Amino acid sequence: MEQRMMVAAAEPVPAIADTPGIVHPARVLPASARVGPMAWARTNLFNSWLSTAVTLALLYFIVRWALSFFDWAVLNAVWSVPNTATGPDPTACRDAKGVGACWAVIGEKYRFILFGRYPYEEQWRPAIVVVLFIGLYAVSAMRRFWRKELVLIWVGTLTLIGVLMWGGVLGLEYVPQDSWGGLPITLILSTFGLALAFPLAVLVALGRRSQNLPAVKAICVVYVELIRGVPLITLLFMASVLFPLFMPVGLNPAKLLRAQVAVILFAAAYLAEVVRGGLQALPKGQYEAADALGLSYWKKTGLIILPQALRLVIPPLVNTFIGFFKDTSLVLIIGIFDLLTAGKVALAEPIWQGYSSEVYLVLAAIYFAFCYTMARYSRGLEQEYSRSVRR
Amino acid sequence: MSGAAATPRLVRAAPRRTISLSWSDPRLRNIVWQVLILGIIGGIIWWLVDNTTRNLAARRIATGFAFLGRTAGIPIGEHLIPYDPAINTYGGALVIGILNTLKVAVVGVVLATILGTVVGIARLSGNWLIAKLSAVYVEVVRDIPLLLQLLFWYSLLQTLPGPRQAFNPVPGVFLSNRGIKVPTINGDPAYGWMFGAFVLGLLGTLAWSRMATRRQEATGVRPRVWPVGLALMLGLPLLVWAALGAPFMLDMPALRGFNFTGGATVSPEYGALTLGLVLYTAAFIAEIVRSGIQAVPSGQWEAASALGLYRGTILRQIVLPQALRVIIPPMTSQYLNLTKNSSLAVAIGYQDVVSIANTTLNQTGQAIEGIALIMLVYLTISLSISLFMNWYNARIALVER
Repeated sequence: MEQRMMVAAAEPVPAIADTPGIVHPARVLPASARVGPMAWARTNLFNSWLSTAVTLALLYFIVRWALSFFDWAVLNAVWSVPNTATGPDPTACRDAKGVGACWAVIGEKYRFILFGRYPYEEQWRPAIVVVLFIGLYAVSAMRRFWRKELVLIWVGTLTLIGVLMWGGVLGLEYVPQDSWGGLPITLILSTFGLALAFPLAVLVALGRRSQNLPAVKAICVVYVELIRGVPLITLLFMASVLFPLFMPVGLNPAKLLRAQVAVILFAAAYLAEVVRGGLQALPKGQYEAADALGLSYWKKTGLIILPQALRLVIPPLVNTFIGFFKDTSLVLIIGIFDLLTAGKVALAEPIWQGYSSEVYLVLAAIYFAFCYTMARYSRGLEQEYSRSVRR
Repeated sequence: MSGAAATPRLVRAAPRRTISLSWSDPRLRNIVWQVLILGIIGGIIWWLVDNTTRNLAARRIATGFAFLGRTAGIPIGEHLIPYDPAINTYGGALVIGILNTLKVAVVGVVLATILGTVVGIARLSGNWLIAKLSAVYVEVVRDIPLLLQLLFWYSLLQTLPGPRQAFNPVPGVFLSNRGIKVPTINGDPAYGWMFGAFVLGLLGTLAWSRMATRRQEATGVRPRVWPVGLALMLGLPLLVWAALGAPFMLDMPALRGFNFTGGATVSPEYGALTLGLVLYTAAFIAEIVRSGIQAVPSGQWEAASALGLYRGTILRQIVLPQALRVIIPPMTSQYLNLTKNSSLAVAIGYQDVVSIANTTLNQTGQAIEGIALIMLVYLTISLSISLFMNWYNARIALVER
């Protein structure tokens, strides 16, 4: 792009653009004469007096804001604080308050924010877990792995993640669930939520579309609409308050497990609607052809319908997953130690109180990195699909 | 089974009424499967209910909604109707919570729709800077959890100076860590009459607009509606106001000691919640509006330009009405999302229905009833919004002849 502009700028641009009376020079000029930074700016930034005024006003505000942000975040920022016998000494940060950021809080606290209260010497384990999760996403995103073996990869990786987090075998020290925290919790809640909700969602979607099983259909409709009608937080409250009541006397599963169950039930309802969209988008001829071949219901569904429908719904599936990934932050309200909670707890320490903007910006950057990558991927896939449909 | 059905003799025999007790009869299989699945689900529910009753008995918790009649004793900072923790009951406190939820939801929906539409149109602007700026806003805001954004805005509002050093950008408006103080107008009976005049004007405008439509159908020329509407809806109330002696008294907030007196307050909690919800939802609405506008075929733009219409007129009269059909269904789910997301208020201490119900169930131990009430409230709100939007959608749907 940059190069093309440079080449075009060297060529003489016909003066038609300046001739009065021609409203749209872009329509008159051949495409080759329309490129070039000056012509580009004229059509895209200054093509009328109103547009020019807006451009100038916006430029003024953007530059002013960017400069003051640069001052705050880089020039006047405190990058580290000296360590004394009693712990870090935040005087430098306190002096810079209001004019500069205190990135020292990140330097001091990043291990806690990322891994929570996981034993300090063992924190390489959650670090590997994070890498495994990212690897799992990357492998699942590649088309050449879209086959049955992918299920095995998921099962294997998730088992490995469980072993690494819990320990207790292979000479790894046992770490109880209560001390897990930070980014791995966010990834566990959302990924296990998706993996376990998905089979349930497929069943519910099939049930909702069944014509000869009215009772099953009714149950599926009630389940989906009930879950989608209430906020996730009521389900999380249910998990933290009511779940112990629902279990046999004396049995009390860990808090993380209860929240995970709530996330799975929540995710299944939303995923079921996504899968249903895919089932509906499939041409009716596919169903009829399968029936004509005399396939049984499960053969028809497993061999003809689902492979096509699920392929169709991958982009909305990724979008739903992005939603869950963000929604897992709600477990903060019932006191589970995910990434956001860890950041908030780090801020509760007396010497670091008042530097919330810095910590929240870093947390936002982490969430953004994950979500934006997935969103870009899903959009690319969507475009690819629409191209192949048009062809 | 399907193989057998292919022979014509069996096809004719198909519409029999009785169910044969054979596994190859699909109707029998359907019934067996449904009974089986219902049985399993019923069994699970029975098991859960049985566990719950045992647990409740073991913890000596009595179920029922009698606790709603007891005095609440929950201090509530913001209430739209009078409330006193020493007198009012838990039921009354929950009503306050529901009203607070509605207050956020209604204001949020209106503001998010306006901002979202503006940003969505701006993303399609011919000006590169406006388009890019809107795109960056949408991308950044959509990919950061709402809860994190709420905490961020709340912490920012809390770092504002105290009441004594409050920012005072316009006379009468104060920004401090106690919230935003704005002046209010003192009540006067004249305002009631003004409202009556406004309603009258509104009815008059509606009648005039119907008349204009009839005239247009008869003659092809549409009389102007907006000058009449302006005169009726704005002029009439102003006339009434002037006739009643033009009462106008402002209640200005002023610093007394350590805090403000007078005026109305937008608390930091409410401010942060509304700001966060509006900015977050508007990003999604912007995407909906953009894709809705892009879904209108470009031939519509070109045909309208060929008629010599202005760009703004094309957008308002030709493109947006058609885009609306694509926009409304996803917009409905965004409104529902905003309402459900307002439950995050509990994280920043705004007392909405979830927050008050949570306090109630902690104080009384009536967990099942408390959560059932929250669910009931949200299901009712969700259902109402869905019904209204479905009605609206049916109204604007394309009538095919």
